Amino acid sequence: MIRTPLRPLARILHARATGANPDAIERENLRQRHEVIRDRARGRAQLRLLFLCMCFFSAFTVVGARMGMLAASEPMEPRTAGTGVNIAQGRADIVDRNGRVLATNMLTHALYVQTKDLIDPARVARELAAIFPELDAATLERRFTDGRSFLWVRKVMSPEQMQLVHEIGDPGLLFGPREMRLYPNGQLAAHVLGGASFGAEGVDRAEVIGTAGIEKALDARLRDPAQAGEPLELSLDLTVQATIEEVLATGVRQYEAKGGAVILMDVHTGEIAALASYPAFDPNDRPNPLADPNAEPGDSPLFNRAVQGVYELGSTFKIFAAAQAMELGLVTPDTPINTQSLSVGKKRFSEFDNHNYGPTKTVAEVIELSSNIGTGHIALMIGGERQKPFLKSLGLLDASPVELVEAPGARPLVPKKWPDVVTVTASFGHGMSSSPLNLAAAYATLANGGTKVTPTLLHRAAPMAGPRVVSQQVAADAVMMLRRVVTDGTASMAKMDEYAIAGKTGTADKPKRGGGYYDDKVVNTFASVFPAEAPKYVLIVTLDEPVDRTGPEVRRTAGWTSVPVAAEIVRRTAPLLGLRPAIAPQPLDGLTAVKQ
Amino acid sequence: MRPLLYVLSFLAVLGLGFWAYRENYTTQTALREVANLQDEIASLHESLAIQRAEWAYLNRPDRLRDLVVANFDRLGLMPMEPHQFGRTTDVAYPAPPSLADGVMEGTINLGLGKPVDVSGTLNADPEVQTP
Repeated sequence: MIRTPLRPLARILHARATGANPDAIERENLRQRHEVIRDRARGRAQLRLLFLCMCFFSAFTVVGARMGMLAASEPMEPRTAGTGVNIAQGRADIVDRNGRVLATNMLTHALYVQTKDLIDPARVARELAAIFPELDAATLERRFTDGRSFLWVRKVMSPEQMQLVHEIGDPGLLFGPREMRLYPNGQLAAHVLGGASFGAEGVDRAEVIGTAGIEKALDARLRDPAQAGEPLELSLDLTVQATIEEVLATGVRQYEAKGGAVILMDVHTGEIAALASYPAFDPNDRPNPLADPNAEPGDSPLFNRAVQGVYELGSTFKIFAAAQAMELGLVTPDTPINTQSLSVGKKRFSEFDNHNYGPTKTVAEVIELSSNIGTGHIALMIGGERQKPFLKSLGLLDASPVELVEAPGARPLVPKKWPDVVTVTASFGHGMSSSPLNLAAAYATLANGGTKVTPTLLHRAAPMAGPRVVSQQVAADAVMMLRRVVTDGTASMAKMDEYAIAGKTGTADKPKRGGGYYDDKVVNTFASVFPAEAPKYVLIVTLDEPVDRTGPEVRRTAGWTSVPVAAEIVRRTAPLLGLRPAIAPQPLDGLTAVKQ
Repeated sequence: MRPLLYVLSFLAVLGLGFWAYRENYTTQTALREVANLQDEIASLHESLAIQRAEWAYLNRPDRLRDLVVANFDRLGLMPMEPHQFGRTTDVAYPAPPSLADGVMEGTINLGLGKPVDVSGTLNADPEVQTP
């Protein structure tokens, strides 16, 4: 660049010659130079602004274009997500503790009709009715032709039926894929599993939702896509459950009972190894609830007697009074108790069948003989204001926390006020009701050394560390007393060589709907723990309206009905649970005898 | 110099274009293959689930019980019961092998297999000789 001098000599000389001020020339030149500098700076600034504008414009264009593309394009499942593990499964499987399948999914098809594509509605209706016996040809034809364009015909069908529908060959018949819930074991553990059905239905897929039992209680877990590949592991043991259901069904038939329930629970972990209620149903084809409003809920096979059945559990409660009195230091197993008479206010209490056990018996004998009067005296020593919190701490006054949707609805029936009469009746299990599952948890608490147990249906490896309810010594004494009930008392039919059972029988009259009690309808319960020397399992057997007609007289007490069923269950399941039987030395045969 | 540069860059553009074209189609093929594999995995998973369901269905306790009853003659299976347990001390030791068994099995050699010399002379003394 050629720099112009501020004072060019020619112009200065000329100015001097003409008498003008040469400084004006210098200022003029200085001004021009500044103008040039300013223009250059402005130009550069404008260029920068333009560049920045371009940057922003292209950034916003990219964002806008991406948004537009996202909004305008078809939504599509990302195909490469995951490694294909969960593709086939929408709902997690349910397996038992050994991984055997209790509930799984199967791909099947639903049948629907696009009526405008039907060529010959009358023939299609006729042939569909021939394939599916529950459809009626005339109704189908009417629905095909009454103007609607879309119609569901079947929710699920077998591959054979699907092939037959294909063979009809009408273009209006269409199939939609369906994941169907399948319970391969049929009626096994039906009350635990509950059942499932379809929720919102579309042509391409339908959601499967749980309708009862653990399927509904843990619906969110089972439907969680993140855990769909991991089966839900229950604490049930399929083999033990099958054995127990078989023995229970035989027992119910043999004693002409209306139904029954069995619970087998691990006393340390609170895991329910088997939970059976008879009669059962097939969860693959769940029956409808009873329509008759006057029917007892227990008449329906859907009724889970083990959890929903809130019964007066009778003398099985007596051990709680004895345990609490020992815990409070009021008695020892050898303290004599009055068994002669007991009256509270105007109410006189008597023994079962008006037995007379003599003036006094020790606490252990009161339990062994199942004396109402003796237990009542123990309860009065404790007092109602201490008895109620103790029963609550055993979980007998609250709905069971087990993972079944039916459980929170089955609240124990507890009197609101707790006068002395209630203290006495509650001590032998009358005047208040609880479910067999609550009873199982309470017995487990006594059997595991005195810490509270919360029942669960989920596999749990570690033992529970619940709060302590009674001391270890009291728990051991209580189990020892229960053992005496079997060896010398009312549950003698549970005595066997191989396994030592400890338990308590309970016979309670069934309450009438309008009040009062039936004379000839009872609920028999046998609550037991085994093996007695180191309790590992608690077994509750409840029979509804059983009767034993084998003897000369008709017997309805638990000792003659529930106890033999429980003994058979222990005999059959204990080897499966890995408990070693006590083995009697074999009698010497001729050869061995000679050798010795 | 400059024309050579033009020719070279033109060739480079040509080469890159060809390379991009090939890459594009390879990518598309790979994506299609992945999609096919995903489909195959899905269908295999599906049949695995069905096989598992069928296995569980065929092994359901009801059916096994019926099979045990139906085949009792051949298998003689019984439910597991406590009396089937025993103590190891009750299991008898095998009897010590008798002489006859040992000879039969060849573990005891009495030398019976060897030839024996049966020819000889009788004692001439009639009083010593026994008939």
